[in-house]
Amino acid sequence: MIPPSFEYLTPSNISDAVALLQKHGDEAKILAGGHSLIPAMRLRLAEPGYLIDISGIGGLDYIQEESGQLRIGAMTCEAALEESEIVQSKYPLLLDTAKMIADPSVRNMATVGGNLAHGDPANDHPATMLALRASVVAEGPNGTREIKIDDFFPDFFTTALAEDEILTEIRIPSPPSASGGAYLKIERKVGDYAAAAVACQLNIDSSGSIENIGLGLTNVGSTPIRASSAEELLKGKKPDENMLAEAGRLAAADSEPMEDLRGSAEYKRALVNELTQRAIKLSLQRAEGSR
Amino acid sequence: MSKHTVSIDINGTTVTKEVDSRMLLVHFIREELQMTGTHIGCDTSSCGACTILMNGRSVKSCTLYTVQANGKSVKTIEGMEEGGALHPLQEGFHEEHGLQCGFCTPGMIMRAAELLEKNPNPSEEEIRWGISGNLCRCTGYVNIVKAIQYAAEKMQKEAA
Amino acid sequence: MSELKTTPEVCGMGHSMKRKEDARFLRGQGKYTDDVVLPGMLHMDIVRSPYAYAKIKSINTDAAMAIPGVHAVITGDVLKQYNLHWMPTLMSDTQMVLPTDTVMYQSQEVAAVIADDRYIAADAVEAVEVEYEPMQAVVDPFKSMQSDAPVLRTDKEGKTDNHIWHWETGDKDSTEKAFQNADVVVKENVYLPRIHVASIETCGCVASFEPAEGKLTVYMTTQAPHAIRTVVALVAGHVGLSEEKIRIISPDIGGGFGGKVPVYPGYVIAIAASVVIGKPVKWVEDRSENLQADSFARDYHMSVELASSSSGKMEALRIKTVADHGYTDAAANPSKYPAGMFSICTGSYDIKNAFTEMDAYYTNKPPGGVAYRCSFRVTEAIHAIERIVDVLAQKLDRDPADLRMQNFIQPEAFPYQSALGWEYDSGDYPRALKLAMDTIGYDDLRKEQAEKRAKGELMGIGLSTFTEVVGAGPSKDFDILGIKMFDSCELRIHPTGKAIARFGTKSQGQGHETTYAQILAEELGIPAAHIQIEEGDTDTAPYGLGTYASRSTPTAGAAAAKAAHKVRDKARKIAAHLLEVSEEDLEWEVGKFYVKGSPEQSKTIQDIAFAAYTNHPQGLEAGLEATHYYDPPNLTFPFGSYICVVDIDPKTAEIKVRRFVAIDDCGNIINPMIVEGQIHGGLTQGLAPAMYEELIYDEDGNILNGNFMDYLLPTAVETPNWETDRTVTPSPHHPLGAKGVAESPTVGAPPAIANAVVDALSHLGVENMDIPITPYKVWQVLKEKGAVA
Repeated sequence: MIPPSFEYLTPSNISDAVALLQKHGDEAKILAGGHSLIPAMRLRLAEPGYLIDISGIGGLDYIQEESGQLRIGAMTCEAALEESEIVQSKYPLLLDTAKMIADPSVRNMATVGGNLAHGDPANDHPATMLALRASVVAEGPNGTREIKIDDFFPDFFTTALAEDEILTEIRIPSPPSASGGAYLKIERKVGDYAAAAVACQLNIDSSGSIENIGLGLTNVGSTPIRASSAEELLKGKKPDENMLAEAGRLAAADSEPMEDLRGSAEYKRALVNELTQRAIKLSLQRAEGSR
Repeated sequence: MSKHTVSIDINGTTVTKEVDSRMLLVHFIREELQMTGTHIGCDTSSCGACTILMNGRSVKSCTLYTVQANGKSVKTIEGMEEGGALHPLQEGFHEEHGLQCGFCTPGMIMRAAELLEKNPNPSEEEIRWGISGNLCRCTGYVNIVKAIQYAAEKMQKEAA
Repeated sequence: MSELKTTPEVCGMGHSMKRKEDARFLRGQGKYTDDVVLPGMLHMDIVRSPYAYAKIKSINTDAAMAIPGVHAVITGDVLKQYNLHWMPTLMSDTQMVLPTDTVMYQSQEVAAVIADDRYIAADAVEAVEVEYEPMQAVVDPFKSMQSDAPVLRTDKEGKTDNHIWHWETGDKDSTEKAFQNADVVVKENVYLPRIHVASIETCGCVASFEPAEGKLTVYMTTQAPHAIRTVVALVAGHVGLSEEKIRIISPDIGGGFGGKVPVYPGYVIAIAASVVIGKPVKWVEDRSENLQADSFARDYHMSVELASSSSGKMEALRIKTVADHGYTDAAANPSKYPAGMFSICTGSYDIKNAFTEMDAYYTNKPPGGVAYRCSFRVTEAIHAIERIVDVLAQKLDRDPADLRMQNFIQPEAFPYQSALGWEYDSGDYPRALKLAMDTIGYDDLRKEQAEKRAKGELMGIGLSTFTEVVGAGPSKDFDILGIKMFDSCELRIHPTGKAIARFGTKSQGQGHETTYAQILAEELGIPAAHIQIEEGDTDTAPYGLGTYASRSTPTAGAAAAKAAHKVRDKARKIAAHLLEVSEEDLEWEVGKFYVKGSPEQSKTIQDIAFAAYTNHPQGLEAGLEATHYYDPPNLTFPFGSYICVVDIDPKTAEIKVRRFVAIDDCGNIINPMIVEGQIHGGLTQGLAPAMYEELIYDEDGNILNGNFMDYLLPTAVETPNWETDRTVTPSPHHPLGAKGVAESPTVGAPPAIANAVVDALSHLGVENMDIPITPYKVWQVLKEKGAVA
């Protein structure tokens, strides 16, 4: 499996990269870690005439928490999330997610920005970012703009990025105290895309009631899905088993899975149902533990 | 098609060559440099037979263009022996019968090298997850896990 | 083996000698086919059919030929000029090398491009324009057998259906009678799906034809280089390739498992291309080609019936099978065994009446089937019997271990004549099962299971007590294309007492360079470290049928022992000459001959070897060499008892193999470390089809999972920490008392896993589940039984 020929371009800053995007239009593709793009090129499912490698652009690889936000440079590789002390200590959902993406060698190349900008509903970070209520920063010819994650995935394999925009940063609100999160994924084997996966991020008040909750679903629709009915149900509540079961049912109802080799739509809904309950439970435990 | 001159440190020696933009790093290593210890087992970054270290991190050289390695340091199985002595991982794979056909072995060893660099004393569980991007069809992994444990122990003793 | 006959320095049988071949593999210096580079070498890439069944209207190669660096595009019409567009299969069917008018399965070879490098070749493949007229594919063998199904093999004159062959064995009438008179009959449909060996190294070759000498050298990923040489001579003799000028070299092989036994079209095209162009041509398939076009394994639809008395005595077995062979029967079985050794299906049980019949059909799928690490269709047979025994236990409300104990062939019954005609050489099945049960704590597990079940938790315990049949085989019954299935060893002792030995087999990871040296060390006392083993070069090695079906130790291992004995016979003459005594006065002990009654008068094998070249007796030829072609008197019958424990998540249906104990008995052991490694690998290749692997086609014959993202090989995470142990019941007829081993666990593991999962669900009324048993399948069963919402 040999990729087709292409021109390889190495801009040294974002504005040069944007200019190259403007120049070559839909013939150009941004090359970040390349672990979605290069396999697609080898299968000749993607045949871009120009690859714009942004790995040489400095300042896109960082994990910093400041002024109430975790800021992740788009070129930060997944392994860096796993290794980050701040992620390990405060962002269990991110840590869970990073560990479930592909395999360790792939995570050394694959980037957080690429995982989002590819627009693949089977990727893991989109649901995570939904649960975390993140936003992404896009840089284009007219400067930068921040896009709420809920607005970022309008359609199947489509993002809100304009053709001449580059995703440069992910911003995640720092969790308040007594927060917890979890990512639970059912995969056919390690490294596979999810049959279904659920991301949960929440915080609780002193009585143990949920103040805020985010629930994101992976690979059960044409876009990553926010389980908003379940979120609404749980907000302000201290859920018992019955309410958790209801939350699971609502999340399953919010999902729109398709049958594929991983199973039927009904099976995937059942997984969403169960994983939602388990992810909430685990997040609650972690929130209690972080008090 | 664009041609590019790349300079890559391979096992401690800097190599400068002109390559096509689409040349995969694994082909560069195997065919341009005639270092055939790095193998090809799939097209989808699934099997790990092509695993090398790039700037100290294990990567799958079938899913990288050579141009992406420009200016970086690459280590392959051929660079693991030091002063004629086998690396503890190579020794461990031999002592614990961690290889049969040998095809996955170089990739497995390179992956394990980074694993032990980051986590010098991994549990069995951590080893199993740590090599989960490297497929072996012969050994059933039991002795690969033991081989990595052997190397971990030896490296820790040496470091102490 | 109770005691070691040799010191660690000599390292004969029973020593866990570290492998000699590791030295190169550890350093990345293994030499695999894709590592071969020859001066002026060109690269071949293949145009493949997007359709499972289509007429080829036209092939336009102009655009491809116009690409700089492209030397040739070879089509079926080109090969037809040389009458090389079809070739025979090992089962005497016929297979296209390249089609002239019709493609019969998706990803079939349509044309081949020869170019300066693999990048140009890949571009040229894209540039070849093929116009197809798709036809409705026949994918399901049960549709293929219908009288109104389109006849697929229109190339066969007079063919009016898709039936390939009917095979049957056993006593139909007595079996029918036993079923009619039985107290209890159980019946189950058991399907073993199409799977793929998926060795991590794919298939390929470098063909190099030197026009001046007319000599063809082919480096090839083949498990059977000698047979391949003869096949090439037979297929291409008419274009001037004569067997003495054909050299097949099988370099290091990155896993075989039966997938590197067949002759694939790619090899033949590369050879033809090299002959036509006069330059070396390399072809190495990529993973998708490997999964989508190379020989499959299994694909048996079995209807299995077992009759017993009310007390559980098994009385009769009957199996009717539909075999899907794809568009041609390209199985790699011995000629007289179209269904391989399927008739081992009575397994480890004393069943007096048995009958099995099978019908094979063509479909629009790739041809096969090969073994996937099992001796010719034994996995299918054992899966059938081990599943139906559990179904019977369930019906009789009997513990499956207890029912097995009741029906085992007893140790004193060996050699045992099975109802389907095999003579089992040796076995002690109760001992192996007892050891497995003690090791895993069977009784406690059953208690735990009862407690868990009461709490709504799902836990299952599965057994498999299998018998394998390996080491093909005796020349009266076993041949491939007429060539008898012996194997060989040519042994030379050097003047300094070191040795080289060459074999007709070919290791693909089994460690022959170590184990064969150990056999010779055992027999001669020359340290194994000083015995060089070579295989795989037909110009130097003696003729042999290769390595598959766990036959290397039973055949070539025996040949090594026999060749060593011949060398020893001559050594005795030389020793007698050196010691000035008669041959009868000499006694052999490992490494030396001594004079009976005066052990201080002795000559070591090294002394004797030196004398063989410097001081050989008058009237005796100089040198110390021997060759032996071993024709086994019988097959060997390794066996084992496996117990698997699974836990199933009652909501998500995830399946966790908690424990797996494997007790294997492969007779006397040459190298315990290597045997254990073989068992680990075999168990993992049992786990794989049991839970993960299946080649899936849609109704148009499109493969849905032809890459490693969707064809799921287990990783270290899915694979349990295998617990292994052994019993030793030597083979009475093998010179070393050894059997084969590498495939037993692939045969034995799938039913243990399937039985464990079914056992976990049996209280819901589940009797059978076909492999691969995935969480999704289990969830569907739970759903159907009302156990999940």
